[in-house]
Amino acid sequence: MSHHKVEVRNLHFSYPDGHEALKDISFTIVHGESVGIIGVNGAGKSTILMLLMGILFPDSGEVLIGDVHLTKKTLPMIRQRVGMVFQNPDDQLFMTNIYDDVAFGPRNYKLDEKEVESRVMGALELVGISELKNRAPFRLSGGEKRAASIACVLSMQPDILIMDEPTSALDPKARRRVIGLLNSFTHTKIITSHDLDLVLETCQRVIVVKNGKITADGATNEILTNSELLDSCGLELPLSIQDCPICSSSKTSKK
Amino acid sequence: MTNLTSALYNIRLLDDLAKKNTPIHALHPLVKLLTTVIYLAVVMSFGRYEISNLLPFIFFPLFVTLFAELPLMPIVHRLLVVLPLIIGIGILNPIIDNHTVTILGANFSRGWITFLSLSIKCILSVTVGIILIATTGIDRLAVAMRMLKIPKIFVLQLLLTYRYITVLMEEFLRMSQAYSLRAPEQKGISKHNWGSFAGQLILRTFDRADRVYQAMLLRGFSMEYNVGRIEKANFKDFAYLTGWCLFFVIARIYNLSLFLDSLISGVVK
Amino acid sequence: MHMADALISPTVGFTMMSVTAGVAAYSIKKIQSDMDEKKIPMMGVLGAFIFAAQMINFTIPATGSSGHLGGGMILTALLGPYAGFLAMASILLIQALFFGDGGLLAYGCNVFNMGFYTCFIAYPYIYKLITRKGLNSHNIFIASMISAVIGLQLGAFSVVLETLFSGKTELPFGTFVMLMQPIHLAIGIVEGLVTASIINFVWKARPELLEKVAASESFGTLYLNKILKGFLVAAVIVGGGLSWFASVNPDGLEWSMQKVAGTTELSTSDEMHQIFSIIQEKTALLPDYNFKGTEEKTVSENENTWPSVNIGTTVSGLLGGAMTFALAGLIGLIVNLIKRREDVSASK
Repeated sequence: MSHHKVEVRNLHFSYPDGHEALKDISFTIVHGESVGIIGVNGAGKSTILMLLMGILFPDSGEVLIGDVHLTKKTLPMIRQRVGMVFQNPDDQLFMTNIYDDVAFGPRNYKLDEKEVESRVMGALELVGISELKNRAPFRLSGGEKRAASIACVLSMQPDILIMDEPTSALDPKARRRVIGLLNSFTHTKIITSHDLDLVLETCQRVIVVKNGKITADGATNEILTNSELLDSCGLELPLSIQDCPICSSSKTSKK
Repeated sequence: MTNLTSALYNIRLLDDLAKKNTPIHALHPLVKLLTTVIYLAVVMSFGRYEISNLLPFIFFPLFVTLFAELPLMPIVHRLLVVLPLIIGIGILNPIIDNHTVTILGANFSRGWITFLSLSIKCILSVTVGIILIATTGIDRLAVAMRMLKIPKIFVLQLLLTYRYITVLMEEFLRMSQAYSLRAPEQKGISKHNWGSFAGQLILRTFDRADRVYQAMLLRGFSMEYNVGRIEKANFKDFAYLTGWCLFFVIARIYNLSLFLDSLISGVVK
Repeated sequence: MHMADALISPTVGFTMMSVTAGVAAYSIKKIQSDMDEKKIPMMGVLGAFIFAAQMINFTIPATGSSGHLGGGMILTALLGPYAGFLAMASILLIQALFFGDGGLLAYGCNVFNMGFYTCFIAYPYIYKLITRKGLNSHNIFIASMISAVIGLQLGAFSVVLETLFSGKTELPFGTFVMLMQPIHLAIGIVEGLVTASIINFVWKARPELLEKVAASESFGTLYLNKILKGFLVAAVIVGGGLSWFASVNPDGLEWSMQKVAGTTELSTSDEMHQIFSIIQEKTALLPDYNFKGTEEKTVSENENTWPSVNIGTTVSGLLGGAMTFALAGLIGLIVNLIKRREDVSASK
């Protein structure tokens, strides 16, 4: 099952304007793992994702998906295996109805229309919005749009799921549904977010990025409870384990 | 700004109407497109002085509206927006052409006849256009366009434009609301801010285009636009097309109003 | 300046449609061969941008009123002429379908009037010429200003010609021109100002966007040769053929109608006279002087044919028309009743 592995070796990347976004990033994510990448705005999280998807190419270093090097040649194959959900669903839903949007990927891979249909319906069912298939994207609520954009990626049956801020701008119930959805997937998952509670609930492992470098990489329980580390990286403890603002009772273990 | 809101509303309304399930909606999109174009060509081929000849042509939009269960008000509303332009040009006819004709004992400038003829044509053409999109929807119309061998690039680009109109309009609406909240006495956007206001929007637009394109690439896009299933035209579709065309031809050649007139007066006698 | 279906004749409509299709086909070919692939979504999103931007009011200095944007020049400046033309064509199609601005029959006319002149005349021969030595805010301003005005003037003139060739209004050529050109001069100035400030802003914020377009199409590439050649051929074949038949040999058309219909009561002759007089007028050296003469002549010719053929049909036609309306209303009522009964029985 080594093809669900993501490996990144010594990545360096600078934007055309000279801004050095990533400095020597390396990590390996194994099959079935779910990993949260956290850091302040501009730390380099999104750049990492774009390098993983081959939207950008590194100045030096390499990306391996499974055991395949990511190059221009291997892109189509890799993109079939790795699905990315964008931060803004509007960027991802560009057709005139949800069905066609979810079918966009499978059709591009020239599947016959029957297979496309079963995949589309399967994906829509998985995210729980089958009844919305004929709606136009602008008719959907924020949460429904998010579900639709996840379905768009699932219909390609990827091995690895990458999500950029999957819960941004969602109401509490919609957020809860997305978390439930994420936990129900057995894919290898990479999630970037500022919603540390989401990371706490969905990821076993966390990578902290600061100024284009990895400052910490370890088990979620250790990193997200380390308030000193989080503070030094411009983050704070997840709300669910912060001291209660009303009665000030502490939740972090004071062993 | 009210323009933006009403345009958004209009697009969404037509989208909703296109999702109805009626015999008209179920017809093949190409058949509907062709019937509409033929209708327009026939109606517009009438000369300037035709009125009675034109009237039977009202049956086509009437039947389609009825069987497609379309509401009348939105169509009337659209007509009210578009008609003044035509009236603006047409109203000069009675002034310029002052040959008088006598109808039922009263004297008219002949220009009034051309004006009336023009207005009828305008009403008919705008109505059938809206009916076409309200019973077909843009994606099915795109399928029809592909069947007419209109290149993929154009059709794809048309659909993208359509899709992004609503997204951008929402963005524009928010931005103009923010602007007008801080510029209460202004009628529009002041000239000092033209560049930065619209320019900001255009830059955001560019970034958005980039992200959309990335999203397409990630899902295997390679300049091919795959529409998916295209239904075949069946007997009903052909019957619809030939039936209406037959009617158009007959109504073009014979003055049906006149025929009706003599028929009824014959019966009365 | 959208042409409405009601203002044009099928001949003009289909002629312009085929001309526009030709230009569009050529543009698509050009785009496919040398396009960086990012252009497709860019065209879509920019098209949507212009569409939405047309609904924003810009306050016109010193007048207290406000105007809005046409957007042709912005599309061309940011996308290049070919992609710009296609983007404009999409916008106009959506406007025709969803808003009744212009119609399907007039679609070709509208794309031509609003897309062709800005993309293939104003852009290469004015905008590019002025900015050929490099972009700066001064020459961007002048270039957008002049090309927006000229583009609109040409478009407006085209509207006049198409309307006259169609023969649906009584407006004489001179009056129509005197009406259209000054109005569109004012619109063009506003358009130019807005275009200039937007292009300037983009140039300052993201110069690479403009430079990329500028580099891909160097000035002096003669679009005109290929495009106009194609255009002329299409126009001559389709339009020339049809209107020659109609104008030189009006009896011929009538004769064929008679064969088909068995009647000469089709009052197409008015249209032909109109086209005829315009062709005469166009070939005359002093249009305004000559025009009056021909105008009177056609009118007097019309007089002979028109009342005798049509006055009777118009009077009784009105009664027949009223009955047609009544019948239409009756059918509507009946269908509605049946529908309602069906609904009721369905809900039971």
